[in-house]
Amino acid sequence: MSEMSAVTVQDLGVKFHLSEQKVDNLKEYVIRILKHQMRYKEFWALREVSFDIKKGERVAILGLNGAGKSTLLKVIAGVLKATEGKVTRSGVLVPLLELGAGFDQQYTGAENIYLYGAMLGYPKAFLREKFDEIVAFSELGEFIDVPVKNYSSGMRARLGFSIATLVEPEILILDEVLSVGDVKFRKKSENRIKEMFRQETTVLFVSHNLAQVRSLCTRALWLEKGRLVEDGPVEVVTEHFEKATTK
Amino acid sequence: MSVIKTFGKYRNLLGELVKKDIKLKYRNSYLGVIWTMLEPLLTMLVLTLVFSELLGKGTKDFPVYILTGRLLFSFYSNGTKAALKAVRNNAGMIKKVYVPKYMYPLASVLSGYVIFLISLVVLAVVAVVRGVYPTLQLFWIVVPLAQILLLTLGSGMLLSTMAVFFRDIEYLWGVALMLLMYTCAIFYKIDSVITGTNGWIFKYNPLYAIIVNFRNAVFGQAPDFQSMFYATAFGAVLMLFGTFVFYKQQDKFILYL
Repeated sequence: MSEMSAVTVQDLGVKFHLSEQKVDNLKEYVIRILKHQMRYKEFWALREVSFDIKKGERVAILGLNGAGKSTLLKVIAGVLKATEGKVTRSGVLVPLLELGAGFDQQYTGAENIYLYGAMLGYPKAFLREKFDEIVAFSELGEFIDVPVKNYSSGMRARLGFSIATLVEPEILILDEVLSVGDVKFRKKSENRIKEMFRQETTVLFVSHNLAQVRSLCTRALWLEKGRLVEDGPVEVVTEHFEKATTK
Repeated sequence: MSVIKTFGKYRNLLGELVKKDIKLKYRNSYLGVIWTMLEPLLTMLVLTLVFSELLGKGTKDFPVYILTGRLLFSFYSNGTKAALKAVRNNAGMIKKVYVPKYMYPLASVLSGYVIFLISLVVLAVVAVVRGVYPTLQLFWIVVPLAQILLLTLGSGMLLSTMAVFFRDIEYLWGVALMLLMYTCAIFYKIDSVITGTNGWIFKYNPLYAIIVNFRNAVFGQAPDFQSMFYATAFGAVLMLFGTFVFYKQQDKFILYL
């Protein structure tokens, strides 16, 4: 990995065991072992994927459903472990995967700011200092003291977005999150992300909206059935991708 | 990144998780944290009523005897049950955000421990009321208090790993806990049941070894160093084994959740 790289992926492979019938209790497991019926189907969600992303590059990941986009992001985010190959990254990483997934439903919005913030690794003093800013950006107003279970999905996403984008990350992972909230909030969140772009943040971006991809990214990776099909400038790859998928 | 550095980064999360467990437990109850003390007090009353009034085995300090055993056992039981479910219950977060996974069982055991320590106030009050006054031996209480935490954490790490792969562990563990409860001499004195051949049941039960020294400290008797050593060794080995198994398996959790 060179000095200038933000993310390096080498021969990455991720294998899942799909057991033909899901065995999730000890009783079944013992019976199957005794009857020699433990069979697994192997499934490679990603295979032989290699690329290197320089600092400040904005990379789109294209592919149809099930191509391995989310798996790739999860491996880079450190949630999922690679079966083979190596992933190295340098710098503070903020994953915006499904906003608000770490919220506790019983907790109020305010309490969730501290909980979710802690989950992203922020110290308490920092969260206390930024508290008002988060509440203001999320536009939740007095709803901040209401349990999150009573929030609409838009409100939840707004709060999640406001907490996650609190720091200027060096690597930002965006998985279909630019479509949160209403028109007004979408505009606002897009602006916030564009601000980050100016500060030489490395971005990994998954979206099915090719126009958005072209306007935000400089480079694109095209995945198909877990393999890297093409890697190049965004205009070229999106054009090939569009041709291949619309015919 | 080294383990210690990661722990430093997520120390705040551990605090938040412990706080959340305690807060949510009492959020919708009118009496709040008072329940922590009321609950063992009420069970003690029931057990004292049954065992000393009905079965006529009681001495004046029998409620203290029951309460000491019961408090330790219920911390172990609740702590391991909570740890067992910790990884499963946090599946949503584990799948989305990277956090050291041991935080979840650790936080659920620690929040139980905080509640347990608060409930010791009840023990102090009952002891004084029933004429059991503190002596210098009471200082030894820190040893069983540390041992029970170690034992619960070790069991919890192991159980939370197993529960990811096998859902029925929860029910099996419930049965195991029942067996453990009856062999911990919580509501009887062991000399009333020992017949000469069944003494090993108490000798090898690590939880009983902890309870013995907890009682010795409360009742002003000298510690039993043999059980003290046994409980420490057992707890340490279990903790190492549980942590080892957890670390070996944790990368697979996400595939089974």
